[in-house]
Amino acid sequence: MTGAFDIILCLMILGAAGIALFVRDALAAIAFFIAFGNLLGLAWLGLDAVNVALAEIALGAGVTGVLLILARARLLALGDDATCADTSAWLRAGALAACAGFVLLLAAAVLSIPPESGLDRAVAPLMPGLGIENRVTGVLLAFRAYDTLLESFVLLGALVAVWSLAPAGVWPGRPADLGVADVPMRRVARSFGRFLLPVALVMAAYLVWAGSDVPGGAFQAGTVLAGGLMVSAIGGAIGLPRSDLPGLRVALVLGPLVFLLIGLAGMGFGGFLVYPEGSAKAAILAIEYSLFLSIGATLALLVAGPNVIGWPDPAGGTDRHSDC
Amino acid sequence: MSWTDLAVLALLGAGLAFYGAGSLGLLRFPDTASRLHALTKADNLGLGLVALAAALHWGSLAVAAKIALVWLFAVIAAGITSQLLARQARLDGTRSHRDGVQP
Repeated sequence: MTGAFDIILCLMILGAAGIALFVRDALAAIAFFIAFGNLLGLAWLGLDAVNVALAEIALGAGVTGVLLILARARLLALGDDATCADTSAWLRAGALAACAGFVLLLAAAVLSIPPESGLDRAVAPLMPGLGIENRVTGVLLAFRAYDTLLESFVLLGALVAVWSLAPAGVWPGRPADLGVADVPMRRVARSFGRFLLPVALVMAAYLVWAGSDVPGGAFQAGTVLAGGLMVSAIGGAIGLPRSDLPGLRVALVLGPLVFLLIGLAGMGFGGFLVYPEGSAKAAILAIEYSLFLSIGATLALLVAGPNVIGWPDPAGGTDRHSDC
Repeated sequence: MSWTDLAVLALLGAGLAFYGAGSLGLLRFPDTASRLHALTKADNLGLGLVALAAALHWGSLAVAAKIALVWLFAVIAAGITSQLLARQARLDGTRSHRDGVQP
């Protein structure tokens, strides 16, 4: 029974991926990409990798999907028809061969790992020293904290890179307005945003807290927060802040900064990113909560992107930003 | 097979039937409004029945409460998005009428 389910799921994943690649209409491709991400999340769930499943569905399907849809809308607004241009058959065959070779290599590498050599075995005896139960969080925030620290800086760097693409005339200003223009639609979306934002905040705060012991964590929670912010911005329930607002900059930098400071403080306990004996959980939670805030704000602003000339002016419209 | 299992199977079957009808309506109905009608009505009921089956299957109040929340948020999101889609479809319809293009 589960075998049949797995096979059907695999076929659906491959089918969704194939349609996303070969369909000519960009919006249809994006729709299938989102379906692909959700199906992949189900597959991770089937492999008992709940943390990965949450991240895949929230980030891989959710935020990336919204990013792609908005990117298409902006291309259309610029006069690009947002369809894929014809490429030469040789180029496509070469890309296919390179990707197929890479997949074969990857499959060989994964299948050559003996099943008993999982990381779980190495991590399990070390967990009691941290005071948390979720081994993924243990790896991300303690045993391989260096990687996560760099990741948090990469995310910040991505936002700076996106902002640096803003035309000189609109900088520093508000990000592009995500709001819908039509007034009745805006009213519906606004009441949804007002309802959803507090729910998303509670849900995200819970996900961070739960991330110590069960699947969850700063990245998943940050995505939930970003989702709440985006939905609220679409309805105009909140206005996105100007990029030179000091409070916004603090929120963006807080996570990486707290992470770095706690890591540097670890020098006093034996090395960079070494947590003091007995208060590892407190340090991890402090890092996770500040990371969550920064990730949420960064993702929401990444999706909004910089304001561009020719895009509807955020100051226009009838009742926009009246209550931000 | 216990009575609970039978009830779970019946609920699942009914839920899938609603999903099937909704998908069929989405594919076969002619315009956006009737497609939305098929999709939202059938999907909400279909999801509700499947959620009920899942809650019965797990047999725990805490899990059932979480599943109920999932259903509630899905219904709210579906209601909001279908409002927005219907409004957009209507705007697009009047625009294409005005421009002399068949909707």
